[in-house]
Amino acid sequence: MTTIAELPPGFADKVLSAQSTFRSVMDAMARPGSVRRIVPTSGAPHTMMRGTAAIALTLFDHDTPLWLDARMAESSDVVKWLKFHTGAPVVQDSSIASFALISDGGALPSLERFALGTSEYPDRSTTLILQVESLNGGRSFELRGPGIDGVATLQASIKPFDLFERLRVNETLFPRGIDVVLVADDAVVAIPRTTRVVNKGS
Amino acid sequence: MNAPAYNFAYLDEQTKRMIRRAILKAIAIPGYQVPFASREMPMPYGWGTGGVQVTAAILGPEDVLKVIDQGSDDTTNAISIRKFFAKTAGVATTTATQDATVIQTRHRIPETSLHANQVLIYQVPIPEPLRFLEPRETETRRMHALAEYGLMHVKLYEDIARFGHIATAYAYPVKVNARYVMDPSPTPKFDNPKMDNCPALQLFGAGREKRIYAIPPYTQVVSLDFEDHPFEPYRFNAPCALCAAENSYLDEIVTDDKGGRMFVCSDTDYCEGRQAAGHHGSLSAAPYKEKAQERDHG
Repeated sequence: MTTIAELPPGFADKVLSAQSTFRSVMDAMARPGSVRRIVPTSGAPHTMMRGTAAIALTLFDHDTPLWLDARMAESSDVVKWLKFHTGAPVVQDSSIASFALISDGGALPSLERFALGTSEYPDRSTTLILQVESLNGGRSFELRGPGIDGVATLQASIKPFDLFERLRVNETLFPRGIDVVLVADDAVVAIPRTTRVVNKGS
Repeated sequence: MNAPAYNFAYLDEQTKRMIRRAILKAIAIPGYQVPFASREMPMPYGWGTGGVQVTAAILGPEDVLKVIDQGSDDTTNAISIRKFFAKTAGVATTTATQDATVIQTRHRIPETSLHANQVLIYQVPIPEPLRFLEPRETETRRMHALAEYGLMHVKLYEDIARFGHIATAYAYPVKVNARYVMDPSPTPKFDNPKMDNCPALQLFGAGREKRIYAIPPYTQVVSLDFEDHPFEPYRFNAPCALCAAENSYLDEIVTDDKGGRMFVCSDTDYCEGRQAAGHHGSLSAAPYKEKAQERDHG
């Protein structure tokens, strides 16, 4: 049993750390494929990368239902840490989640199981926060879309391997869709629903 | 009790989180108006409460803030918002467009080209471009969902039928990323081309109407028009009377009650920069300053 006193701490400076983290995520979302660093550090429970922890402390609260993948949900440390620091309710039904935290990308459920928004309110969709192995090495992906001047190249080692094939549902669903934030340690890359990805192979 | 009575950048953290989440969705769905729980701000609606909330949610201690009102750094609204953030966030402020990292604007886009490390935040009174054509929110929302924008083209066509040209001069509707029709806020249509493929992120905040929307960098923004009546930016046909600029947006200033008037750049920073670089217009202030100096020095 972990007591609250033993939980990893949150941000040392809540206000400025949240601001700095948000700007990194906002810049990542505005410029898909570009790698942004999250500078502020906080404690993080075991299965959670420090970038994920900073995003949680910055964006989650009682208004944002969370869905955790099996590996996250199994860790009582993660659940307690999120509850103590953010107060966000953890839900079993992924289709009502504002955010989904995925630590085991290989077991990512079908994207249709998350909230995709409605035609009238496409913003009411789940943002996936997917922890990946690396955002500076691995397979190359060519990205196009709003926020990208021509073509952006992302080198990343991502599970599930077919993530970008799965994300092609965004093309037909738009303006509904899924926005993804990839996290590798303190690096973040955002793939909003407008980004079109071409796999360049190795 | 020396603790400050308010949080950094005025808004409380829960409000900032809510606004930040709305901004992320707005960027992900370019041109779509994301509803948000707009707060009461210590200024009246119509003075930029939406823009101020967006600025407060993104501003950090390292930012350099510029605020303009109709292009001017020196009007009441611009000065009071600049002082508000200098006081509540302690940020550096500037009037120089290229030095700013965050620019809050009411009704203009600066003449100086924006760069990738900048965020432009617009104050928006009525975010819904279809509102004056269809007053019901349920209906305009469905029209956006279906991308049913025929009514807007009918409105522009009626302009042509009555005046012979598209007479809409400001808040000229645009289509963002070939999907959503968006109100660019009451900027003159002269500024519309600057929104297209802009390197800076553009955020829009409407406080009273409780909407946030965005144009990501390098995003296609097209002003609506017809093949036989293409979009044309409008500008008074005169050089600036102070800096002789031929390509800036001009304000008409009435100088007496006998029909006298002058045209000057609406963007004061741009105009002052050109004057400092040696450009002088027909009514340039420089000779008067020199005369005053001659008088002062005997």
